Amino acid sequence: MIPRPFDYHAPRSVPEAVALLDQFGDAAKLLAGGHSLLPMMKLRFAQPDHLIDLGKVAELKGIREVGDEIRIGAMTTENELIWSELLQRRCPLIVEGARQISDPQVRYRGTLGGDISHGDPGNDHPALMIALDASFVLASAQGERVLPADGFFLGTYMTQMEPGEIMTEIRIPIPAAGTGYCYAKLKRKTGDFATAAAAVTLRMDGPTVSSVRIALTNVGDTALRATAAEQVLSGRNFDEAAVDEAAHLAMSICMPVSDLRGDADYKTAMAGEMTRRALLSAYARSAH
Amino acid sequence: MSKKIMMSFALNGNETDVVVEPRELLIHTLREKCLHTGPHIGCETSHCGACTVDFDGMSVKSCTLLTVQAEGAQVRTVEGLAEGGVLHALQEGFMQEHGLQCGFCTPGMLMRAWRLLQENPNPDEAEIRYWMAGNLCRCTGYQNIVKAVQYAARKLRGEAVETSHPLMTAETH
Repeated sequence: MIPRPFDYHAPRSVPEAVALLDQFGDAAKLLAGGHSLLPMMKLRFAQPDHLIDLGKVAELKGIREVGDEIRIGAMTTENELIWSELLQRRCPLIVEGARQISDPQVRYRGTLGGDISHGDPGNDHPALMIALDASFVLASAQGERVLPADGFFLGTYMTQMEPGEIMTEIRIPIPAAGTGYCYAKLKRKTGDFATAAAAVTLRMDGPTVSSVRIALTNVGDTALRATAAEQVLSGRNFDEAAVDEAAHLAMSICMPVSDLRGDADYKTAMAGEMTRRALLSAYARSAH
Repeated sequence: MSKKIMMSFALNGNETDVVVEPRELLIHTLREKCLHTGPHIGCETSHCGACTVDFDGMSVKSCTLLTVQAEGAQVRTVEGLAEGGVLHALQEGFMQEHGLQCGFCTPGMLMRAWRLLQENPNPDEAEIRYWMAGNLCRCTGYQNIVKAVQYAARKLRGEAVETSHPLMTAETH
């Protein structure tokens, strides 16, 4: 319950935060919503000497449409995602995903950028971002770079973010009208991380799948893009046989750890089932 | 390292100054420095919601917030719900509908429901259960908490309220 002592910093701008991060190096951690970091500090899993609170950096908040993208500030909270009229209309997969994350109080604080940067395979946004073909803007003293979600996640709690970098923005190509979507999540109870979950976006051309993205949550070291499952569906008629084949191909890339949510066989089977359900719902919601 | 910092925030409308180490959790400041011991601690993994307070228009678990993050904030606890000795509709609803037993989750439940009813003055049962899911209760089984929130919602909307308790309703008197 009691974190180790640390120094607290509350910068007002991204450059100020970057300067603090450079000054303190590995001894510093960025504090966003604090609903992964503080729990780890309370259990002394994490013991940073400095916390750099991004809560007062106004430029890291907000959801806007820019050209054919939606741009979301990294400090935007889960409830702000859920209540965003723009996202409900233009990118409902994020809303459906965020509604399944944690609980109301946590969603007032936990942020999109924090959920992604944490790199926990149990978090939901990594798979959602892969399914949406999102990219992430990272700022440092050297400037800015933009990395795609697919490939960003390297291992448990490991991403392509370098020391000294701050995630400032998440960019999501606006899905074309008629795109089907679904986030199917199996969990033991409200607020739990997934036993297994699947995020899907799907576009149809008549009876044929014209494009599909499938990503899996909590069945590997990282969120996983199920590329082979996507390939077997692409250009093919959407029917039961195709969905079953895709679900099996999704299962073939799973490498879940066994824990209180179940053993590896169970989680793998559930990843297949979530893939099947997400595909069926996405199809039902797509224009075809 | 970790020099103490003076923080100022409004607690139930009263300007409050406290001196805290950066690592001090808001729940500990509220309970130990401000002596507002309504908010409780039921876990150390941010699940139970017994520590829920209202913070700048948000329901937050005050065990997962540092007091140093509260500079300039408007903080409201269960101690600030009743006005002039008159219970808030939610407090009345929890009493009338038997929405508490041991009372340990109740301050957090009340503060969460308080924000919920401002966001959604007419929630249906499923919405109450979904938007109260960050608060655990060991005693009630939640049924009467749902009724209590519905009672308060009706009262706040200006409708007539009556307890649903079978021994208390008008026809059994």
